[in-house]
Amino acid sequence: MIAHELPSSPARSTGPALPRLLSAFDEQSGGATRLITHRRTYPPPPAPRRHPAESYIAAIEKAGLRGRGGAGFPTGRKLRSVSEGQGRRVVVVNGSEGEPASGKDQLLLTRAPHLILDGALLAATAIGGREVFVGVERGKVDALRAIHHAIAERVHAREPMVPVRVVELPARYLSGEESALVHLINGGEAKPTLTPPRPYQRGVGGGPTLIDNVETLCHLAQIVQWGPVWFRDQGTVDEPGTMLLTLSGAVGRRGVCEIPIGMSLATILASSRPKAGGISAVLLGGYYGTWLSAADARVATMDNATLRRMGSGLGCGAIIALPSGACGLSETARVLTWLAGQTAGQCGPCVHGLAAIAGGMRDLAAGTASLRTLESLHRWGDQVEGRGACSFPDGAVRLLRSALKVFDNDVAHHVSHGPCVAAAHPPVLPIPAVEVASWR
Amino acid sequence: MAVSFRLRVDMIACDGRGLCADLLPERIRLDDWGYPMIDPTSVSGPVLEHARRAVAACPVLALKLDAIKGS
Ligand SMILES: Cc1cc2nc3c(=O)[nH]c(=O)nc-3n(C[C@H](O)[C@H](O)[C@H](O)COP(=O)(O)O)c2cc1C
Ligand code: SF4
Ligand code: SF4
Repeated sequence: MIAHELPSSPARSTGPALPRLLSAFDEQSGGATRLITHRRTYPPPPAPRRHPAESYIAAIEKAGLRGRGGAGFPTGRKLRSVSEGQGRRVVVVNGSEGEPASGKDQLLLTRAPHLILDGALLAATAIGGREVFVGVERGKVDALRAIHHAIAERVHAREPMVPVRVVELPARYLSGEESALVHLINGGEAKPTLTPPRPYQRGVGGGPTLIDNVETLCHLAQIVQWGPVWFRDQGTVDEPGTMLLTLSGAVGRRGVCEIPIGMSLATILASSRPKAGGISAVLLGGYYGTWLSAADARVATMDNATLRRMGSGLGCGAIIALPSGACGLSETARVLTWLAGQTAGQCGPCVHGLAAIAGGMRDLAAGTASLRTLESLHRWGDQVEGRGACSFPDGAVRLLRSALKVFDNDVAHHVSHGPCVAAAHPPVLPIPAVEVASWR
Repeated sequence: MAVSFRLRVDMIACDGRGLCADLLPERIRLDDWGYPMIDPTSVSGPVLEHARRAVAACPVLALKLDAIKGS
């Protein structure tokens, strides 16, 4: 393995305090940061090489960066596994963001495309990668335009780089699942495939493939620029750095913000101007996430170590505040119905199980469910969990279980007395219009 | 080092008609929709023979028997 040195004299000796990622935005133009502006802070990534760069991998390991796509897997470990694989190694930037309650990746794509591309090209340097793919949903025209334009700027400036290809993804929840992404790039449908082999073993073109979330790669670029010690100035020891959140629901200030990992959820909610009536529960991690009771939300901090103890997790950083007066069961029933429709339709327990769960939840929300329906819901959750080829159905089961737990009083009331007044509350959680999108 | 085996199903390939559960009730039950739920404990001894028969009988080759390293 050939050792490369990290850039020896960074443009600045120390990086931004807070915000970090959002500091890469061009506040004057309000649009995508142009290459010449970006290059005042970030030097161009080194020319492509075929061999992994140990110093880059070591820096990311030392920084302790974890993936921001939802699973929180250590990025350094993934870089190392891919770099040790045999074959033509490539990088895939996951900009799918199929999560309806999340907007941070799209924001990064439209405002800081060069930070993403730097991160992807530096990751390619780290693993000795030969090509970069950037996956973006077909309908997200602003993001697509920004990333295409950013690539063109680099070509025009004659920056040395491996080929960078933009891949348009079907607008489906499953498009962001890593094996589905690989399958699509390989010329197939955007449906998950049987694993193992996982993409880091055998992915695009059969070669070891690094798949990272858009935000993860932005952090990676900043770590290369300012170093692991700077990175660890924010966040917790186990989960260092900052993260982007997407706030919505019963708050006045919606949208994307950047916090140090480990920040108090109560502080975040208080500073986002909660609506007068108050908040009855919080959905963390979007539709692949879990409900948190108002009591837990008061003491929670935004790190997985704490949230896992509450049966929850950061996920992709989407936070939806449920207003008091809305019905958590009706909201969950709508989301589960939409999720059931997002199945790739390949595995029996996912297809039939999610449909059954969604149906049971709708009955519960409508007040027509019996104790037997409730029993079935629990049994179906147990029968579906871990039984798909991918973990998509597991997310739906987690959401179901958290709803039954957090809204247990409402469950009892709906079963014995029918729906509460809250069931008539207008819908809070956004449900995308279901189009008949193709799988390619 | 002794070798033992574990059953696994390729859920994408499986058609859910439940033939395997008929042949190997010791290790395979069906869920509410007729898809096999596999007991994850390792397979050995006389059950191994039944397991091999179930694997061979699966019409879509969805049922697999993986060798696992044991001590
Ligand atoms: C159903 C499903 C949907 C997913 N959608 C996305 C997505 O839209 N964006 C994303 O970055 N990761 C998504 N993931 C996670 C990816 O499979 C993968 O773990 C991630 O892109 C890895 O990047 P990271 O380590 O930087 O987080 C999804 C996973 C599943 C199971
Ligand atoms: S579990 Fe569901 S989403 Fe995943 S591959 Fe199977 S059918 Fe598709
Ligand atoms: S015999 Fe094969 S296809 Fe039939 S249920 Fe069993 S694993 Fe599935």
